[in-house]
Amino acid sequence: MRLKRRVDQQVDRLYSVILHGMALFPFARLLWDLIFGRFVDPVLAIISRTGRVSLNLLLLSLACTPLYTLTGFALLVRARRTLGLYAFLYVTLHFLTFAGWDYGFDLRLLWQAVFYQRYVVAGIASGLILLVLAITSTRGWQRRLGKWWKRLQRLVYLAAALAVLHVAWLLKAPRGALPYAVLVAVLLALRIPPVARVVRDVRRRWGRESPSPSGER
Amino acid sequence: MIPIKSSEITPEHIYLSRRKFMQAAGLLAANAALLAACGPQPGASVGTEEAPLPAPTATEEAPSLLATPTLSAEADELGNPLTSLDAVLTYNNFYEFTLSPHGVASLSQGFLTSPWTVAVGGLVNKPKTFDISDLRKFEQEERIYRMRCVEAWAMVIPWLGFPLSKLLKEVEPLSTAKYVRFETLYDIEEMPGQKDRSFPWPYVEGLRLDEAMHDLTLLATGLYGRNLRPQNGAPVRLVVPWKYGFKSIKSIVKIDLVEEMPVSMWMAMNPREYGFWANVNPKVAHPRWSQATERRIGENRRRETLFFNGYADEVASLYPDLDSRDWYY
Repeated sequence: MRLKRRVDQQVDRLYSVILHGMALFPFARLLWDLIFGRFVDPVLAIISRTGRVSLNLLLLSLACTPLYTLTGFALLVRARRTLGLYAFLYVTLHFLTFAGWDYGFDLRLLWQAVFYQRYVVAGIASGLILLVLAITSTRGWQRRLGKWWKRLQRLVYLAAALAVLHVAWLLKAPRGALPYAVLVAVLLALRIPPVARVVRDVRRRWGRESPSPSGER
Repeated sequence: MIPIKSSEITPEHIYLSRRKFMQAAGLLAANAALLAACGPQPGASVGTEEAPLPAPTATEEAPSLLATPTLSAEADELGNPLTSLDAVLTYNNFYEFTLSPHGVASLSQGFLTSPWTVAVGGLVNKPKTFDISDLRKFEQEERIYRMRCVEAWAMVIPWLGFPLSKLLKEVEPLSTAKYVRFETLYDIEEMPGQKDRSFPWPYVEGLRLDEAMHDLTLLATGLYGRNLRPQNGAPVRLVVPWKYGFKSIKSIVKIDLVEEMPVSMWMAMNPREYGFWANVNPKVAHPRWSQATERRIGENRRRETLFFNGYADEVASLYPDLDSRDWYY
């Protein structure tokens, strides 16, 4: 048993390294490209890249629960929070590049940029939700909020939907956001209890066919 | 603002120096050396997000060369510095290849621009099909223009080309011709982005005849003293500097003079957002975003967008009742 626990710890550690490494890789690449002057237009490149990475991480985070339902792989549940927090990190970089670098915190220009452009409103709304979710992501807040914590954290679906809207509204041809929209819709649908039950049943059936489903604890 | 005559757009000594170079063009090797010596050096300034640019082929590069840069040639008539050649070659909106602005350069390198003809017809006395070499025989001028995309990014580009009016005069438009309709090549093998059926290809654009005849309206065959690269609309494209960039149609194969206002591809997709007129106006917001400011590619701070992109003195008279929103989308 002790050996098994030690192996589990090692697996956990390896898994953490991989997860953080993957989430930080885009940041490292961004710094690299910036330092070595590999951007034709750093502002546009950083804004679009951090935005894209953030949305991808957010969707990965949302995919964790359905994937857990499907596979029963418990580590996925922990990855959910980590990936969500990284999504928030990139969205913060995204916002700071937009407001600070691009607009130089010029409030007059920013006022126009925000309120005359609905895609910015959608983006800021999405970012504010992520801010609240990030602040309340700790164990302490989880305890303080009790049953409300889960309800609050479900706003992440709204944040994702707003982020997709943000992308659709800023593209010259909005249908470019369609794959993201479909993905969010599917991930949300997988959380609807009857659907989730069907998925769980599928897993159980597979489980019977293969007697030792990996990661099932 | 001081009105610009076309002769002022490129200082005369640059024409002359180019002419002189052309006469001395027996020394192709010298030309190449000169290009290497005084051209913007991609290696020295910035690599890019994409692969390094493939070496231009001899046939592409031989006919023209960069004029010796002087202070006046490094900026437009308002003193705006040129956007780097590197940015011009690697940040492109060209949906016929891909929707990603950084992907166009690499995807378009195999694009065949020879043989290439442009059929000019419709309501004209003398319809004619021009070979690309015929178009290059028109006296080529360098014009430094600001380019303002409807998505609020901008560049300053030294084009090489000739006023569209010269071509139109040659085919003699009939009095019934009111508009000019332009069409891009449609070839899904050559332009993979055209496989995306959600766009009503081919790309079509149009101008009213007086806009098309305006001296600022350029048929460009080159930029930065070289022939156009595929990502910039090779071998021949339109440049209408006072309108949003999507009006400046690329890789043109057909020009028709017509009586009715042509329906452009973007009008067919979304006339409210990308209409026929599309004149730059910072005060009239796009339905989804503000046009008050722009990001000049390669610069750190936003700039305020100018009325008619800074060409109001030259072109505002084309449009009665400037307050109507219709002129701007």
